[in-house]
Amino acid sequence: MSYILIVGAKSDIAKAVAREYSKNGYDIYLAGRKINELEDFANDIRVRGVRNVKLLELDITNFSSHEEFYNNIEEKPLGVISAVGYLGEQKLAEKDFSETLNIINANYTGVISLFNIIADDFEDRKNGFMVGISSVAGERGRKSNYMYGSAKAGLTAYLSGLRNRLYESQVHVMTVKPGFVATKMTEGMDLPEKLTASPKDVAEDIFESQQKRKSILYTKWIWQYIMMIIKLIPEWQFRKMSI
Amino acid sequence: MSLMSWGLYPKKDNQVFKFKNYQEIKEIIQNNNSLISYGNGRSYGDSALSKNIVSVKSHDYFIDFDEVNGILHLASGAMLSDVLNSFVPRGWFLKITAGTKLITVGGAIASDIHGKNHHIEGCFSECIKEFNIMVENGDILTCSKDKNIELFRATCGGMGLTGVILDAKIYLKKINSSTILQTTIKTKNLKETFDAFEEYSYLPYSVAWIDCLAKGKDIGKCLLMAGDFKNDGKLDYKSKNGLSIPFTFPSFALNNWSVRAFNWLYYAKSPQGISKQSVGIDTFFYPLDAIGHWNRIYGNGGFTQYQFILPKETSYKGLEEILQTISDSGKGSFLAVLKLYGKANENYLSFPIEGYSLALDFKIEDGLFNLLDILDKIVVKYKGRIYLTKDVRVSKDIFEQGYPQIDKFREFREKNNMVEKFSSFQSKRVGI
Repeated sequence: MSYILIVGAKSDIAKAVAREYSKNGYDIYLAGRKINELEDFANDIRVRGVRNVKLLELDITNFSSHEEFYNNIEEKPLGVISAVGYLGEQKLAEKDFSETLNIINANYTGVISLFNIIADDFEDRKNGFMVGISSVAGERGRKSNYMYGSAKAGLTAYLSGLRNRLYESQVHVMTVKPGFVATKMTEGMDLPEKLTASPKDVAEDIFESQQKRKSILYTKWIWQYIMMIIKLIPEWQFRKMSI
Repeated sequence: MSLMSWGLYPKKDNQVFKFKNYQEIKEIIQNNNSLISYGNGRSYGDSALSKNIVSVKSHDYFIDFDEVNGILHLASGAMLSDVLNSFVPRGWFLKITAGTKLITVGGAIASDIHGKNHHIEGCFSECIKEFNIMVENGDILTCSKDKNIELFRATCGGMGLTGVILDAKIYLKKINSSTILQTTIKTKNLKETFDAFEEYSYLPYSVAWIDCLAKGKDIGKCLLMAGDFKNDGKLDYKSKNGLSIPFTFPSFALNNWSVRAFNWLYYAKSPQGISKQSVGIDTFFYPLDAIGHWNRIYGNGGFTQYQFILPKETSYKGLEEILQTISDSGKGSFLAVLKLYGKANENYLSFPIEGYSLALDFKIEDGLFNLLDILDKIVVKYKGRIYLTKDVRVSKDIFEQGYPQIDKFREFREKNNMVEKFSSFQSKRVGI
């Protein structure tokens, strides 16, 4: 049993994670919507590492399909990594509730629907690991992206509870909180170079920390301290700020 | 966002275009002029800088590997380091590699790079079965030594001035060990250095580090490192992520005294005469890659590498004169790398010719370009040439004297409407 299930596989971080795990000898399931578009990428991993790669169709916001999706995986994965992330458009979401729902359903409800199912299986097997990529945006709501941030905050709290529940069954749960990452999602944003990680950096961090069974990973590491400071700012001050 | 080259000089604004598929590259080419491809940004000067840049690095898929013939098909943004990570443990190595593995395959073709085995295996173009390139009208052409031969010769070493290289099939080389048996020879002067190069030229890999602050009779003293892969069947390879220079040093950090100290330490730590060591791939081939962002030690003003080659007949006299000139100037070079090269190939702008090449790193500061102008004249006097991949300042006049096939390259570019479409700051300066 050597498969890792990567959910939200089309994101840049997911692709880097897939390369990192395959480099370290794991086989890979890539799950996402219109997954056949990743055919060339799956081939890339096979050529690089002679590992098995399988593409699985999954719509993270189609909750009722998740049970069947997981049951259909013949060889169950050793671990699951969710890289699902939908930043959405904050301004649009303020006016249009359907955009708000898109953001919540992708980042929160969808991941949780799937993780509930996988958690039961791993708990029964008393084996496995679950990694959820959340965000530092979930640490404190800001006007520029609080829809996204609040969904990620929910995910962070969920993962913390899940970790607590599965501790007894030796199933490891890790929360990943990336700061700035240079990806398609952030293309066009002017990110400070020293605080910005590449997807490859994030993937290496995730692999190393997961192997060490770390609970919470900030990547880059400096974000732990940046967020510590941001969280210390009193609300009467924070509400006036634009950060 | 503006991109810089490895030398952190010049700092000029540019617009960066990314693409997801070939249709998008075609649109970028159709809608813009003065385009140049940019891979991992390891060329030193302004050869990959222009007003408009096509960023190729994320176009990095591996496509196929033919295990029987050792042919790897990969996209042009894939890096040599990716190839090593995947293939060294399976018993394959790059047939040709530069002194850094942090370059893309497309960049390796455009610079027609060479390595420590040039005297035996030649340039990167020798390991290419074929490649695909998108040219000025958006067509994709396949090039090899027997197909679209002119385009092949213009593109290998053509500094990205013929189009956007898309993918390549390259031959890998079988190895039965990831360890190299290295012989280190410490020489006392230039004569001994030349003799050592000849004596050890039977070994596939060789390079020398010269102490370029040596004076008088010590001029040309060096550490020559030559070697070959062992045959012990052990293929472990774990790429090293060593320390990284986290910020740009203040520009006074690197001065004549620190260079002197470094050179002295480097030279002194090595045993007298001849010694043998077993070293890993990264230590032998890519010593500087272990230090991330080492370009930052030269400070915010940046640095350049001056690399030239002289024909074998004039190498001794020419190098003696150049080393003497540098020593007299008192400007230190951290790195001074000397190497004996094999025969030239037929590509229009490939750098290597049979003879000796010296590469020197200099911090960019007042008076440096004057010194390099003086060195240029000596290089030309001895019928040598300058390496475009490292260059940021050579004049058109000096450059063209070194490259007898330059007119073929210029004509080819003109005939195929490439001049407006693809250019770099460097190509405009040297008129190619």
